[in-house]
Amino acid sequence: MSWIVMALTLVISIFSSHKLSASEINLTVTLPRLNVAEYHAPYVAVWIEDEQRKITHIAVWYDTALSNNKGQEWLKDLRQWWRRGGRELSMPVDGLSGATKGPGQHIIQAQLSAVLSKLPAGKYRIMVEAAREVGGRELLQLPIQLPLTEQSLPAEIAGKAEIELIRLHF
Amino acid sequence: MHLKFILVAAAVVLISTPVSAHRAWIQPSATVLSGEEATVTVDAAISNTLFHPDHVAMSLDGMQVIGPTGDKVDIINAAKGRYRSVFDIELKTQGTYKIATSSGGLRAVWRDADGKRKMWPARGQQANESEFATAVPIKATDLIVSRSWRRVETFVTVGSPSKAALQPTNQGLELIPVTHPNDLYATETATFKLLFDGQPAAGAEIEVVPGGMRYRNTQQTIKIMANQQGELNITWPHAGMYFLEASYSDDKVAKPATVRQGNYSATFEVLPL
Repeated sequence: MSWIVMALTLVISIFSSHKLSASEINLTVTLPRLNVAEYHAPYVAVWIEDEQRKITHIAVWYDTALSNNKGQEWLKDLRQWWRRGGRELSMPVDGLSGATKGPGQHIIQAQLSAVLSKLPAGKYRIMVEAAREVGGRELLQLPIQLPLTEQSLPAEIAGKAEIELIRLHF
Repeated sequence: MHLKFILVAAAVVLISTPVSAHRAWIQPSATVLSGEEATVTVDAAISNTLFHPDHVAMSLDGMQVIGPTGDKVDIINAAKGRYRSVFDIELKTQGTYKIATSSGGLRAVWRDADGKRKMWPARGQQANESEFATAVPIKATDLIVSRSWRRVETFVTVGSPSKAALQPTNQGLELIPVTHPNDLYATETATFKLLFDGQPAAGAEIEVVPGGMRYRNTQQTIKIMANQQGELNITWPHAGMYFLEASYSDDKVAKPATVRQGNYSATFEVLPL
């Protein structure tokens, strides 16, 4: 089914390469189901970096349920995100931070669209970092060119351990 | 007699710090932290093998913590074991903390009429300079009068790195950051600046040794010399704890001293990219 959609998309994109409205864009983050004795949902950060590594935050999922903001104690384990700007933020942040999510597909739409519609044309990387308590850490980078065109989508990159797949699509 | 010789030899080793196998170090449990109620626990020891307490616990009497506002922060839960001292610091204010112990001042070493090594002040004692004239025989053999300083430090940051705690005291040999000491990553190059009494410590000799010495056969020492501005660059080969030791001496000192010298060491954590 998805092959048909992708093939159709390809056919359509050959004939039309008009710029996409940013409001159509989704990022699906697929977190793997892991067969481990002690599973904690991973902390996940999503952001965009330009070629000068200037960053724009998109999402951060951490343990918001613990009392006294105890869950913030492990935000630094999202090492790259922490260094690139996470440490400058005061959690929680409206529209940005949310609770951790378990295995499966999670779609990021509103915040991503808002960011993509504001950024100037150029080369960027969508960064997704995941770190899991009593587990590992993984960072995926998806290069993109703004403004997005139909033939550049979908774009995806598969992870090896803590992130199954990130996929930019409409 | 034999025992006496060993004790004297031990004393000499302890005062000639730059090439000593014994290293004084302060190691925090973490250097980059997040959250509103972060606490760091710290080990302090003098040992042969880096970060492996195998010799003697460090005294906590002179241990000082400077917080992100530049003010002193108390240490808690302090305890001194045989091989290491431990304490905790509650990181209540976001920013960078400097954990340091330092000592120094006027000192003299010489040989008495029997050829025995003498030193003033006694080991572990602070010199009372008014006693210099009566305590030190000015015509003694091999007399060296110096202004000597030693400093042992480390740094931890909760939240965003800050600089207020990193201001130099302008006494002895000190490190000030160009690269923040809690923003160090494997394969990247960090730049630090060494000052002696607040002035660039040009030509200071630096050795950087990765932790985990027990698990390899060589020290893997990186040797560096500070440039005319007192600056040095280190490219961290891999992630882990590192020990940096620097020494500096010159003769720009007021009498009765003929030499001034500083020994500085610090523990840094380098994170993987």
